[in-house]
Amino acid sequence: MIRRVRPRYLAIQIESEEPLEEDDIKDTVWNAVLQLFGEYGASKAGLFLIEYDKEKKQAVLRCSHKALSMVHASVASVTKIKDKPAALRVLRISGTLRALGQKA
Amino acid sequence: MTKFVDLHLCAPFREAERQRKMIIKSCELGYRLVGIPLPPNASRDDVNHLREICGEAGLDFVSRVDLAPKNPRELLQFLRHLRQRFEVVSVLCASKPVARQAAKDRRVDLLSFSATRQRDRFFDGAEAELASKSLASLEIDMAPILSSDGFLRTRLIASLRREVAIAKRFHVPVTISSGATNEHLLRKPHDFAAFSMLFDMDSSLALRGLSEVPLALVERNRQKLSPDFVAHGLRVVRRRDP
Repeated sequence: MIRRVRPRYLAIQIESEEPLEEDDIKDTVWNAVLQLFGEYGASKAGLFLIEYDKEKKQAVLRCSHKALSMVHASVASVTKIKDKPAALRVLRISGTLRALGQKA
Repeated sequence: MTKFVDLHLCAPFREAERQRKMIIKSCELGYRLVGIPLPPNASRDDVNHLREICGEAGLDFVSRVDLAPKNPRELLQFLRHLRQRFEVVSVLCASKPVARQAAKDRRVDLLSFSATRQRDRFFDGAEAELASKSLASLEIDMAPILSSDGFLRTRLIASLRREVAIAKRFHVPVTISSGATNEHLLRKPHDFAAFSMLFDMDSSLALRGLSEVPLALVERNRQKLSPDFVAHGLRVVRRRDP
């Protein structure tokens, strides 16, 4: 029997002086995963940008629970977005979106 | 609650505003104790000024000196003059004789190696054996890994993986520090712990390297620098009134 993929949700704070669009965040995280773990690793991550709050500069990512450490490491490795200094910091990690909101 | 430590916050010396920003950011990220490297000729006023800024931010400050001696003789000279003035002494081992001397000298707290020159990383089995006897820790700075990419980062991660395996085998404590020169290179302790999976450090070992290991080192040195310290296991508990 194939087991269901258990998701993990990561709330992320983006620290950058530039105004950023959703696509910038998506590209940055994907590139970080690709750079650190390659296409094979990225294929296992099941990475998806759930939401992005432009005002608060916060995003929610979803990934597979097996790839959580990989995605966490990749997020921590970001130092630039659009060639400008930036940092992504994981605020919370949870198994459900509701719990992620409650932890806020 | 775990007390997280960043023993290598490279806040630029004499740039008060940037120092303040980095210190405040460290506190926001969950650190409770920071070590800021000072030049060997730093005055007591400089130290007190930094202590004051850290105190305002709610952080405990640790004075630290980074030594980069050319030979073992120079290292011994530095240690003779500076050990009593700084709470943490780190040695950048640029040659094998310096690395060996630093590893066996009990006055050295942290062993660090060049991030850019892989040939200058001398942390092998012999080095680890000496370090395990003298209580020196291997220091891993995260900033060079974060700020490099491509071939350079690949080689650095490979070296770190090998060194962490050696440190585990010989029970050498590993300290993880930010080594950050600006706010964007600072990360939360759990982010650093997740990032250390790249060089095969499991999360619990990495978190110990960010809390227990550096904390024990600082406490040990503070005891030694205290006027009540006599020798290991022996201290003055009461003095006779004059």
